[in-house]
Amino acid sequence: MNTTVISTDMPSRPAPVDRQAGVAQRLFGSVSSSIATVVALGLALYALGRFIDWSLLNAVWPGESGAMCRQASGACWAFLAEKLNQILFGIYPRGEQWRPAVVCVVILAMVVVSLDPRQWRLRTVWLWLAGMAGSLALMQGGWAGLTPVPTASWGGLPVTLLLAVCALGVGMPLGILLALARRGSLPMARFIATCVIELIRGLPLISLLFMASIVLPIMLPAGMTIDSLLRAGIALTVFSAAYLAEVIRGGLQSLPAGQMEASRALGLSWWQMTRLVVLPQAVRKVIAPLTNTAIVMIKNTSLVLIVGLFDLLSSGRAALTDPAWPTPYVETYLFIASIYFCICFGLSRYSMWLERRFKKGELR
Amino acid sequence: MFKRLWYDARARSVLAQGLIACVFFGTLSWLVWNAHDNLTQRGITTGFGYLGDAARFPVSESLLAYRPTDSYARAFAVGLVNTLYISVLVIVASTVLGFLLALARRSRHPLVHGIATLYLEITRNTPLVVQLLFWYSLVTINLPSPRQALNPLPGVFLSIRGLFFPSVQSQGDWLPVAGVLLAALLAWWGLRPLRRHRPSLPLGRILIAVTALAGVAAWQWGGLTLSTTAPQLRGLNFVGGTALTPEFTALLVGLTLYSAAFSGEIIRGGIEAVAQGQWEAAQSLGLRPWTTLRHVIVPQSLRVIVPPMTSQYLSIVKNTTLALAVGYPDLSFVITTTINQTGQAIEGLAILMGVYLCISLSVSLFMNLYNRRILRTERK
Repeated sequence: MNTTVISTDMPSRPAPVDRQAGVAQRLFGSVSSSIATVVALGLALYALGRFIDWSLLNAVWPGESGAMCRQASGACWAFLAEKLNQILFGIYPRGEQWRPAVVCVVILAMVVVSLDPRQWRLRTVWLWLAGMAGSLALMQGGWAGLTPVPTASWGGLPVTLLLAVCALGVGMPLGILLALARRGSLPMARFIATCVIELIRGLPLISLLFMASIVLPIMLPAGMTIDSLLRAGIALTVFSAAYLAEVIRGGLQSLPAGQMEASRALGLSWWQMTRLVVLPQAVRKVIAPLTNTAIVMIKNTSLVLIVGLFDLLSSGRAALTDPAWPTPYVETYLFIASIYFCICFGLSRYSMWLERRFKKGELR
Repeated sequence: MFKRLWYDARARSVLAQGLIACVFFGTLSWLVWNAHDNLTQRGITTGFGYLGDAARFPVSESLLAYRPTDSYARAFAVGLVNTLYISVLVIVASTVLGFLLALARRSRHPLVHGIATLYLEITRNTPLVVQLLFWYSLVTINLPSPRQALNPLPGVFLSIRGLFFPSVQSQGDWLPVAGVLLAALLAWWGLRPLRRHRPSLPLGRILIAVTALAGVAAWQWGGLTLSTTAPQLRGLNFVGGTALTPEFTALLVGLTLYSAAFSGEIIRGGIEAVAQGQWEAAQSLGLRPWTTLRHVIVPQSLRVIVPPMTSQYLSIVKNTTLALAVGYPDLSFVITTTINQTGQAIEGLAILMGVYLCISLSVSLFMNLYNRRILRTERK
């Protein structure tokens, strides 16, 4: 029998580079590329012109009033400037808004610190635990003269960041456990892990959020309640754990069996083998898909809007209800989208950098 | 004795599994027991009996006939059909757009490549809900009122009430025609062995001719007449033609643009996984670029594309639940309305989850079968 095997990791040769093809050649080299150039350029210039008209020339700049916005045909940046605090921090008491601001700075600073692979050690985990505990305490208040603020008044960017950190920070160890259980030798653990992972991956996140916000309170004994923010956090964590588990399982599967056999031969116990040999290599192999999953999960935090929590997106929508202003939905959404874009785009570039770095390490 | 048990691998594994099972199923039954307790205490009756009651809420658009006096079960069916409808549309549209995007990303033309990359980075790095709400606000706020509707093509009107365009309407019975078309498809499928073993027979042409004749006869028999209607401004809205509501348009456009970015990268990965030599070989055989793509590259890249595309299609189906954010009456919208009205949260969510699990499982099954088919062709 004649068998053809197409392997995805076949080293593919790069296309032969046409050294003569300069930019001009590529833009106007043939009839079709000339048409493409004219059409693309025309569309791009038209869109750019309309955008500049709207966002700069006809825009209403900060300091103007809502009445000006109603008359102008361009963007209402005055609204964003006026409502910036409300969009970023929700209905957190006005005088106390330095607290959520500090929390945002602390969380973002911790993210920046832990981006460096040299910081991937136990000390950073303790830093995160301390940082998160401090952030929650600062948001909550009630000590050292800080006014207590219930979670119902939390909102905006800190809520988005807290939910994302919870979903990824707690979801990752949970996902590793699920992946190990699914790949492990205990049939019962494998069965439970497979069921949990497949069940959660088959469901839309919204149904999990509803489950957490409506059904979970019914499932607790009388008198026991869980905060609504925490409930949404639980739903997001479980959701991301299932997806992270599948990514990590891919990494575990790609490890050659020799690694495990060698560690067994060295007399390592299962835990030592997993911690020192298996996981570091498996996780390193799936850095790119892990980052993609992380980006998806960060974007997913915006779904808590649907169960009525005040994350960045819903705070922005709440700010739009002020009758003194027109409703510049488009400007508000663009602003919110650009915050998400900075975080997610930065992460995706970071993962590309990390992959290159690891590849270099392997070659050495 | 205990020491021996502790160091015995099998005993330890049984012990660990027993512990895991106890904790897992114990927690589950504790939660269910609590729920049962709480519900009886509050006097909430559980069960699906309410499905037969009148729903008493309107559904803004549906493919099935629906009135507020219909039952909840009927409303759920309406929502499910809407979910499937938008899912299929988005899957088809985003695959086509994703393919074009993949070609544009592979293009050496700097402008085409640049625009495709810009589009990709923006759509992939912002949340889908924000994009949907953005499109929805663009449609509902920035478009003119029906009186000043944009009229890009004759008969096509774009206004705050949605997109209106002329449509073909049929009167009479279309079942005979549908039956003939179905029979033709079945015959084409059933004649596969004959087609394979006697390629010289003009089976295709014969089948088309027979279908056309039978189709005309069925048309006459059903008494079908076609007429076109164009939208016309009456008072504050348009009448006639086909309308796409702002909710539907926002969901369709937003979800398609978002999903196309992901599909496009999957397709590009698949095309790039085909060895460069295949392009060169096809070129040296004298095939034109499009023919090469269609007959050489795409069939081979499908093997790489299909598995990740399956999860992409599944996530499109799951993402349609974001219809909640823009107010398109899909299944999740109808069910949350029902939960708000009846308070039967557990039953409603159980139906929602059950339906999505069924859809997920059947899409994976279908795609796995398809995957097996395209895998089989490589070993002949």
